Amino acid sequence: MKTNPGMTLIVKTVTRISVWLIILYGFYIILHGHLSPGGGFAGGVIIALAFLNVMLAYGHETITRWLSLKFMHDLEPAAGALYLAIGVLGIALGGRFLANFLPKGTLFDLWSSGNILVLNIIIGIKVAMGLFTVVWTLAVFRLYQGGDK
Amino acid sequence: MIVYLLCFALFLVGIYGLITKRDLIKIIIASGIVGYATNLMLILFAYRKGAHYPILEKGKMVTSQMMVDPLPQALVLTSIVIELGITAMLVALAIRLYEKHQTFDITKIRRLSG
Amino acid sequence: MILPFFIIIPLLAAFLIALISGDRDYWAIIISVIALIALVALALFGFVTIRNGTMVYETAAWKLPYTICLVLDAFSAFMLVIVSVIGLTALMFSVFYIRHLSASWKYYALFMLLITGMNGVVATGDLFNLFVFMEIGLFAAFALVAYGAKAEEFEASFKYAIMGSISSSMVLIGIAIIYSATSALTMATIAQRLPQNPQVVNWVGGLFLAAFGLKAALMPFHAWLPDAHSSAPAPISSMLSGVFIKTLGVYVLIRFFYNVLGAPPIFLTLFMVLGTVSILVASFLALGQWDLKRLLAYSSISQIGFILLGVGIGTRWAILGAVFHILNHAIFKALLFFNAGTVEMVLGTRDLRQMGNLRKCLPYTTATAMVGTLSVAGIPPFNGFFSKLIIIIAAVHAGHPIYAALAIFGSLLTLVYFLKVQRYGFHGERQIDKEGVRIGWGMRTAMIILAVLCLATSVLFLPGIKETILGPVVTVIENKTQYINQVLGGGL
Repeated sequence: MKTNPGMTLIVKTVTRISVWLIILYGFYIILHGHLSPGGGFAGGVIIALAFLNVMLAYGHETITRWLSLKFMHDLEPAAGALYLAIGVLGIALGGRFLANFLPKGTLFDLWSSGNILVLNIIIGIKVAMGLFTVVWTLAVFRLYQGGDK
Repeated sequence: MIVYLLCFALFLVGIYGLITKRDLIKIIIASGIVGYATNLMLILFAYRKGAHYPILEKGKMVTSQMMVDPLPQALVLTSIVIELGITAMLVALAIRLYEKHQTFDITKIRRLSG
Repeated sequence: MILPFFIIIPLLAAFLIALISGDRDYWAIIISVIALIALVALALFGFVTIRNGTMVYETAAWKLPYTICLVLDAFSAFMLVIVSVIGLTALMFSVFYIRHLSASWKYYALFMLLITGMNGVVATGDLFNLFVFMEIGLFAAFALVAYGAKAEEFEASFKYAIMGSISSSMVLIGIAIIYSATSALTMATIAQRLPQNPQVVNWVGGLFLAAFGLKAALMPFHAWLPDAHSSAPAPISSMLSGVFIKTLGVYVLIRFFYNVLGAPPIFLTLFMVLGTVSILVASFLALGQWDLKRLLAYSSISQIGFILLGVGIGTRWAILGAVFHILNHAIFKALLFFNAGTVEMVLGTRDLRQMGNLRKCLPYTTATAMVGTLSVAGIPPFNGFFSKLIIIIAAVHAGHPIYAALAIFGSLLTLVYFLKVQRYGFHGERQIDKEGVRIGWGMRTAMIILAVLCLATSVLFLPGIKETILGPVVTVIENKTQYINQVLGGGL
């Protein structure tokens, strides 16, 4: 068992600075999903990779101290249920499932296109949490011998 | 025409890897290559000669006849997500198989037959 | 309208189960039972109110050629009823069966995702939406086959996953070709525009036959099924073998080749040939098996061959027999897999040579297994006899006496290997007296319900009832222009 888990000091220092930039970039891509290429899935993958970056550079224990894993694990189905709730709200307010009922503003604005923005954010959260949970479980599988699925 | 043939060649490379390789990880990588070839073919079908990228920008008004078809690009996004899920599941199964059989060689993981 | 709720209810149940459950599976069982009972009620309501009409539901409130539409007509409603009823009995069975594997909420969440995938495939009218729901169902199936965490299950699930991903790639290539030929993804619009490019039909038909034939376990593409269905836990085997290969394989094949492509004769001949090969080769392979669930898996391949033989013949009687056999096979195959699961749970083995006289310690299982065996082999008055009779008579009427003779031979082989199951498995020489054997009341109830349904659905053969219940289903399948008009015209 190494006394110093993770990678060298240079990697740790650069990661400490750059991970916030990566998360910011991921949020930018999620929020501008209706104006430029990207959207929920691509931004979610970028945010999950930011967490994976921290896990690679610092080791398993630091990531469990930084983010509470139970919260991450619970956020994913909550986001899924919220997506379906917005869809059902579309039935009530707009007549059909996933109808667009929020106001569509002017073109090229950030708040245009109704509920596509909200759905992008929800998908971004769900993909980020889901992908990070999968990668974390695959990485720590050897530590819990005979671990969970 | 050449582009379509190259895309088909990529598909055949993936199928060759799936059929002949004996290592589990190489089979997973080959199934990834098959997925890439399929996505590439979907995007290649969406090209129009001399057209513009399908994003509306301020100040430049382009009609839909001058844009590349954006619908297959949405199909490819969905397909990439699905293949990500399949690859994650295959990798998890490969890890569990290694834990049970201590090898990645598929000629030795043959408890089910007949 | 009720159409999106077929997809919303199980998906919401899956997310809520993942969210609410702690370590125990108490909430998971309650949520899934409520969801499935609601689905059964909705499916029966949908089937009763759709007589000859069509319900079309455009999601996201866009107009028809640009949106993803959900279509409910008689065939879809029929399949939805089958999925919900078999799902409810499988859930009843699995509550008591999974306790001895590992009591966890993940099983119920995956089960709900499986039901979502199947409902989505049946209820949709858009080709790419069908692909997405098929993938959702496949994910859940891969994970559930590997649920028991034994070595054989992982190997079977890996094989299934690789073959499933190849067939999904072929579906995508087929969708790409269709889109480049007709520039539409809604199935009714494709059916309308496809006669303008007749050479696309052969390409796309061949690709889809291979891809969905692999999902339906048609004969050259059947290699994943014996491993997957014999290694999975028993309620999952019954769900996979009873409804999953039918919705993902047979339903899509019928819907695509009849309603979209307009039943080209070369593919119908291919269905007949491959169906007959399935019947015979799978029956011969099943004769040599000593593993009970593997024998039942080969029997599934054989019965799917019967259904596809009926689909391939193409007359009204043949399609009626095929649709009736879909219903019957779902019921009795699920029943037989439940029996196999009970025997495995009590005795700890699946090998027929180690079983004996089970009449004393498992009375209900033996009785329902006898009912299931008589249904599969085609003995009147159980339901298997009527559906096989209709298919064979239709084959003779349509001028294919050789296929009819081969089908009768296959049915005799089915009787032979199921007699082998009864002789060695349930009424053998050795007396097995396990004291203190208790199977849960849920398992017993599920088996009794399915056994009663075996007898009850044979009443669908009577002329008056057959026309009201199965008649609209066959009309929907046969009539391509009616499908196009009713979907594009907005339906009910």
